Amino acid sequence: MVAIPSKHKSLTLLAGVLLAQLLLLAVQIKRDSRGRLIRVWAISAAYPFERSGAWGFGKVRGVWTHYFALQTTERENEALRVENDALKLTISQLQSRAAEADRLAGILGFKQSHTKVPMVGGRVIAASAGTASRTIEIDRGERDGIRRNMAVITPDGAVGKVIEVYGDTSQVLLLTDKDGGAGAMLVDTRTQGPVGGTGEPLMLMKYVATEENVAVGEKIVTSGMDKIFPRDIPIGTVVEVKPGNPFKQIRVQPAARLDRLETVIVLLTQEPVEFKSENTQTGAANAAPGSQSSAPAAAEKP
Amino acid sequence: MNDTYELRGGETHIEVHKFYPGAVVFVAAAALIFQAMAPVYFPKLNILDLPLLVTIYFGLSRRNPSTGLLLGMVIGLAQDALSGPTVPLGFYGMGKTVIGYLASSIGARLDTEHPAARFALIFSFFVVHQGVLVVVRRLLLAQPEAWMNLHLVIAAAVNALLGTVLFLGLDRLRRSS
Repeated sequence: MVAIPSKHKSLTLLAGVLLAQLLLLAVQIKRDSRGRLIRVWAISAAYPFERSGAWGFGKVRGVWTHYFALQTTERENEALRVENDALKLTISQLQSRAAEADRLAGILGFKQSHTKVPMVGGRVIAASAGTASRTIEIDRGERDGIRRNMAVITPDGAVGKVIEVYGDTSQVLLLTDKDGGAGAMLVDTRTQGPVGGTGEPLMLMKYVATEENVAVGEKIVTSGMDKIFPRDIPIGTVVEVKPGNPFKQIRVQPAARLDRLETVIVLLTQEPVEFKSENTQTGAANAAPGSQSSAPAAAEKP
Repeated sequence: MNDTYELRGGETHIEVHKFYPGAVVFVAAAALIFQAMAPVYFPKLNILDLPLLVTIYFGLSRRNPSTGLLLGMVIGLAQDALSGPTVPLGFYGMGKTVIGYLASSIGARLDTEHPAARFALIFSFFVVHQGVLVVVRRLLLAQPEAWMNLHLVIAAAVNALLGTVLFLGLDRLRRSS
């Protein structure tokens, strides 16, 4: 047997470790396997910290923000400051909760205006741990009825699709990811073409012929052709159109704030959803934002 | 038992540092969770690569290429696992394996305690790490990826700056001799 000189041992180990990972990559590509077991372990280990971190951060941010908001009031009412301190703290906490409620009311209002569409609300607890992908992790999973390839939206528009589901969490591929996208069409001309991500904040609409008229500012909605998103969910707005051969180069600003997602809605159906922005402000206080609508999806069909 | 000791090569004396029990695991786990959580609330923090900074730091401090590359591999694979199914296992793993090896090899030859040296090393390692990722993406995954752009230079500088400060904090986790 050939002995490896000690000074080359680490180099040999490096080659071995790299080779092992190369084989791991090859196996994943060849079998389209994604190493689910390792991911389940990693996600399960990180989940409690991410969830408690999200909860804690929300609390701290609320108190912090409103503490400074109250500082201005404090100066104006300096004489009353001492006796009002305790009251202000209470107000601060209530304002924090109100801000949270306002944000959730948008989700809730959307849900209430679409009571016949089965959907479940979820809180974003983590994002991709690197810049190689644009994914988010939400605190809803298989136990909440979520399955792979379900559409994820906000009241503003499409967000992405579920790509991996675990017991209590799911991973969502954003439209802006290099592998993300949706079947889309221009609202004015009904011209269809997929909208895909580039790994950057803006998306690209592809395969729109040069002779088509596309104006900056034109809205883009889902076409429903991808069998993931229902029709007519806002995707974004055209912000740049360049001529090309044979297709135009169209850059799209996402309708949903994909860089600042905190709560999302997972559609548990592929049936059409009518977007009514004026209805999203309404909401009853007794409905829980995370609750699931139970009415049959077929009733929503026009 | 000695907590720190010196590597002697010719006239150079390089100190090898040890850390409190669990410090490496805790710091690596915290970096990974922070990396996954921070961009949710502060999207611009996406530019940071804390797992890479941790790999570099422990590589430079421990100065053992074998443990450096193994630590890089573990951190990289964990980052792959937390990055969603579109990032194959081994993508960050290979990048951080290489960096772990290089950092610990260089750490065994140079004094890397001075902040200026650390800034330059982190900047260089960040660029090399991105280079490895681009090679993996282009050659092994057949996906398009730009080699070099302004964003990479800015990201390298930001990470180097943060890393230089962070390393001063991590130095406190070293066991005194």
